[in-house]
Amino acid sequence: MIPLDMTNVDTDQIIPKQFLKLIEKSGYGGFLFYDRRFDHDGKPKNDFILNDPKFEQRQILLTRDNFGCGSSREHAVWALFDYGIRVVIASSFADIFYNNCFKRGLLPIYLSQNDIEFLFSVVNNSDMSAEISLQKQIISIAGKKINFNIDSTRKKMLLEGIDEIGYTLGFEEQILNYEKSSKTADYNKYLV
Amino acid sequence: MGKTLFDKVWDSHVVIDDESKNAGDANGPSLIYVDRHLVHEVTSPQAFASLKQTGRQVRHPELTIATTDHNVSTENRTLPIVDSVSKMQLETLARNCREFGITIYDINSPEQGIVHVIGPELGFTLPGTTIVCGDSHTSTHGAFGALAFGIGTSEVEHVLATQCIWMYKPKSFLINIEGNPRKNHAITSKDIILKIIRKIGTDGGTGTVIEYRGDMISRLSMEQRMTICNMSIEGGARAGLIAPDETTFNYLKGRRYAPKESELERLVEFWRANLKSDANAKFDRVETINVTDLAPQVTWGTNPSMVADITDSIPSPEEFAQGDENKMKLAVRALEYMNLEPGTPLTDLHVDRVFIGSCTNSRLEDLIEASLVVKGRKVSAEVRAMVVPGSQKVKSDAEKLGLDTVFKDSGFEWRESGCSMCLGMNPDILLPGERCASTSNRNFEGRQGAGGRTHLVSPIMAAACAIEGHFVDVRDWL
Repeated sequence: MIPLDMTNVDTDQIIPKQFLKLIEKSGYGGFLFYDRRFDHDGKPKNDFILNDPKFEQRQILLTRDNFGCGSSREHAVWALFDYGIRVVIASSFADIFYNNCFKRGLLPIYLSQNDIEFLFSVVNNSDMSAEISLQKQIISIAGKKINFNIDSTRKKMLLEGIDEIGYTLGFEEQILNYEKSSKTADYNKYLV
Repeated sequence: MGKTLFDKVWDSHVVIDDESKNAGDANGPSLIYVDRHLVHEVTSPQAFASLKQTGRQVRHPELTIATTDHNVSTENRTLPIVDSVSKMQLETLARNCREFGITIYDINSPEQGIVHVIGPELGFTLPGTTIVCGDSHTSTHGAFGALAFGIGTSEVEHVLATQCIWMYKPKSFLINIEGNPRKNHAITSKDIILKIIRKIGTDGGTGTVIEYRGDMISRLSMEQRMTICNMSIEGGARAGLIAPDETTFNYLKGRRYAPKESELERLVEFWRANLKSDANAKFDRVETINVTDLAPQVTWGTNPSMVADITDSIPSPEEFAQGDENKMKLAVRALEYMNLEPGTPLTDLHVDRVFIGSCTNSRLEDLIEASLVVKGRKVSAEVRAMVVPGSQKVKSDAEKLGLDTVFKDSGFEWRESGCSMCLGMNPDILLPGERCASTSNRNFEGRQGAGGRTHLVSPIMAAACAIEGHFVDVRDWL
């Protein structure tokens, strides 16, 4: 678990704009937290937690309030995932970032302030690893089990890797019916 | 029980209602129909690529329009694009639009501009509609009483393929604006929204749709309302809403995609009757903000809730944190990054750059107001200042009024339209350590360029700052 002891981490920090010019969905891992990890000459900054060799290869990021605020860029999720992060634990998430996580198989877990403090104290004082079961919705660490919430639809989406568009297209009849009855259809003729 | 405006727009777009409501699950997603979709070059290439891979079509190409704004150069457009990666993204969007039959306002179009400027300008943004875009500032369009919100790239693909989106219904949040600012021509809607974010915090609106209401709001023009709704996301809200009224309806007349004549009249009648919260509607949260004594607002830190009155000094971390340890750390880090000492009067802060532009403040009225401040004055020798109109139409309208001459005569650069230095994806960036008075929406670390220091202000505050070389209380000028 990587303890990123910060609040309000915005998506500009997670993946700075100079790396949004690619047209692919992968290849962003090296740019994760770029301006925090590297100085203006591209040398690693020693004071940033991701540059601590102790935390290499870790899959869980522990952080605080309002993680992923700001820009809607899904690249932030892609960068975390490509870097190797599979779970982000925070006291709260920004809405768009939270939604984006599920599209790439990244699990965002929100916990109470107390649980977050407990996890920080464990990680800061020992090198213990955590086990997370999405099925059971439990984080196991230091002999303690912490339950977490996730709604059933999103849980199913992660566990089963559902093709969401294919799923929605299965509701063709309902969508067509809506389109026939919608008021906005009246004024869409001006769009052409 | 009565319904909020948000409830009404939501209810009229439900294709499949949240099934979990009856199954005891707290809150599940509903399938919501999307009336309008805006696309730009940065968050769409992967969506189109995936459509091609899966052999899917765009369900309603006519309900989507595209433009290039984030990456484009704001310098002479007859010159070739130097950045080959940016060029590739622009070309990719053009090709995708061609292949899928989507209308695009590209770099050569007289209607190109920032996606949230051209949507309203073209009459694509209409009251009571649902509007999405792969951009968090889509909340701008809420100024028309549309439910408008930013989405990620995977959702862009979903909307292209299905014209629908799965959404968990947000909570409703009413913000009442009370009072009228003294010296009200010097207090802008930018100051009001900065004050709101200062009060509710950057996550105060998380999980909600904010409706803004009050006499002051009713008196604002559409462009001023857009500035307020635009920054709803900076308070964490999914969307911002203002009930449409005569100001809104008048704005729509004669715009390309807006309904015409008798049809518009019929719709206006419907909108007038339906698009407002019922008197007995219950909001999940209510806040009231009094703006009578509002001073021009300036951000001092690295998120948009770190705001002070122009008459204030830089706060100490203790003053900002009010006992919250995490806020304390945030403020210490922000002051270090911004290179600021607590106790320094804001009016003592010298700037290197001034940026007037972005989807928050780059519309014609913004430029007119700023031009009145700079007219006949000279930009400080210490400052590099630029005006980047929000769209080519804003630019040409401004030029008809002679604003380009006013700005250029005083020493401003007059640029082509685009997102420009709001996020610095094009060559318009701050150098490390440079301090900037900016009319944009985000003062995050590195937002305008790695190591750059951003102070968010209104266009007239930015204009006055350019002249003096440091922040000033623009109320003394007007």
